Amino acid sequence: MWAYTVRRLLYAVPILLGVSMLVFALIHLAPGDVVDLLVPPEVPREIADSLRHRFALDQPLHIQYLAWLGRLLVGDLGISFFTNRPVSDELFGALGNTLVLAVPAALLGFGLGTLLGALAAFNRGTGLDKLFSATAITGVSLPHYWVGIVLVAVFAVVLNALPAQGMGPAGIPTSWEQIQHLILPVVTLSLIPMGVVSRLVRANVLEILSQEFVGALDAKGLLRRRVLYHVMKNAAPSTLALMGLQLGYLLAGSILIETVFNWPGSGGLMNLAIFRRDIPVLSATILVLATIFVAINILVDVLQALIDPRMRR
Amino acid sequence: MTEVPALTITEPSQATRRAQQGKGYWQRVWERLQRDKVTLAMAAILALLLVMVVFPAWFTVHDPYQASVLHRLKPVGYPGHWLGTDEVGRDLWSRMVYGGRLSLVAGVLPVFLAFLIGGFLGILAGYAGGLINTVIMRLVDVLYAFPSILLAIAITGILGSGLKNTILALTIAFVPPLVRISEAVTAQARHLDFVEAARASGAGIFRILYYHILNNVLGPILVYATSLISVGIILAAGLSFLGLGVTPPNPEWGLMLNNLRQALWVDPVVAALPGVMIFITSMCFNLLSDGLRQAMDVRL
Repeated sequence: MWAYTVRRLLYAVPILLGVSMLVFALIHLAPGDVVDLLVPPEVPREIADSLRHRFALDQPLHIQYLAWLGRLLVGDLGISFFTNRPVSDELFGALGNTLVLAVPAALLGFGLGTLLGALAAFNRGTGLDKLFSATAITGVSLPHYWVGIVLVAVFAVVLNALPAQGMGPAGIPTSWEQIQHLILPVVTLSLIPMGVVSRLVRANVLEILSQEFVGALDAKGLLRRRVLYHVMKNAAPSTLALMGLQLGYLLAGSILIETVFNWPGSGGLMNLAIFRRDIPVLSATILVLATIFVAINILVDVLQALIDPRMRR
Repeated sequence: MTEVPALTITEPSQATRRAQQGKGYWQRVWERLQRDKVTLAMAAILALLLVMVVFPAWFTVHDPYQASVLHRLKPVGYPGHWLGTDEVGRDLWSRMVYGGRLSLVAGVLPVFLAFLIGGFLGILAGYAGGLINTVIMRLVDVLYAFPSILLAIAITGILGSGLKNTILALTIAFVPPLVRISEAVTAQARHLDFVEAARASGAGIFRILYYHILNNVLGPILVYATSLISVGIILAAGLSFLGLGVTPPNPEWGLMLNNLRQALWVDPVVAALPGVMIFITSMCFNLLSDGLRQAMDVRL
């Protein structure tokens, strides 16, 4: 088990190197370089070139990449062009705010999705199955940013019951005011994971129910809830894999929802960085989100291997 | 009335039975599809949508770019503009119909391109194995480290907005999952007996790929690709919604949602309307893909 975990962690190294190369390449694919962005065009060429020399931008690309990578490895994510503050200061505060949204949305979406999917499968062909399956496919078909707009229209504009924007006082939500701000964005974000998870759980449970061992468990007189436990345990590995992917999508995809609700999270930060052409903030956000995604996937692989020993190849 | 001798089996019926038994796979898929009313209805709605975006002038009276200071943000049911007008007085129905052009192109074309590229790379990796497989699959692993929406936003955010970059970004975002699926089904098909037999009988690699592998893997890859179309529609409109996709004043559903956001407090119904089109389209594609998967008996 430990060997598997270590192997899985080691495998992340080349992946993350590839990720850093891709982000670096993207930055250098962008039209113009940093100096073009920072210095007005009327500044003489010599001054611009001396700046390029000072920031080592006249070095060959692979040297620049290695220098950049070296700074990343010691935790230096650069300085924002716009606010002149270290990127890490802004980024980690924003990431915390995104987690405040994504964690409850994941819990709600995964919980509801598993419940609806399993209930639909155990009641196959009934009205309940049809209702839950329809709910699930609606969940995956809805453009969630539009759902956010509709929820704001209904609950903020028409009913005036919930706040339309922002997160209220910062920090871990404990007060009613903070929770009020959470309700609409969390419900909106949970829709897609709910639909996706519920569809997968239904398909998986149906497949497992058709296998012979379930009949054998029933035949030996096991209690129905014990049989249910075995079915769900068999459905768990692939469901977990999907949940890992969905958690990553929640963190990255919250950019749309954060835009709708003016939520000060990593998505909002990325959006700002794009429009200010603040390349250090943008590249750092992309890099950190991708790293988190890789970490989640490793965690999921290890969890899968814990549940299903066959995975520890 | 002439009596038919009981034991005579007439030639036509025998031929029919033989034909029924020997029916091809695609013919059976088509028959199953014809019995699936939901899938047929979805196909009909999508066909109607296609006609609407190809010939928008048949369905609208107003120019989608014609603004009017006097008729801004009129409600649904306003005389002359049955769905109201947007924030600069353009007819909302016209813009929704014309907007389908860019939304559909930006949502469907990347999936198609990724289907070609990802399918090719995946089948190559799955059949060739060895070094080629390692190189292709490790490169895909790197792309897979990005959630698809993050990759799309990163590419359009850095390269700039516009239809071309949207299509490029979404294509790159959809290639990795298609390579993985294609590689998996091809690696399975490679060891099937008839493929081994073809190889043993001296068939060339392209002959085997074309006649034996492609026939067996195209179905699953196609079904998976169709399930991505709805994601493509939602993401393409989402990029425009963020201001990273189609540029104004072009009509596009996501961009319309973005522009109308400020009007939410004036007329929430009008402000939310363009989203209905995104929802209907992605729902239709999802149900169509489900129907196709069932008819083709594909498990992914």
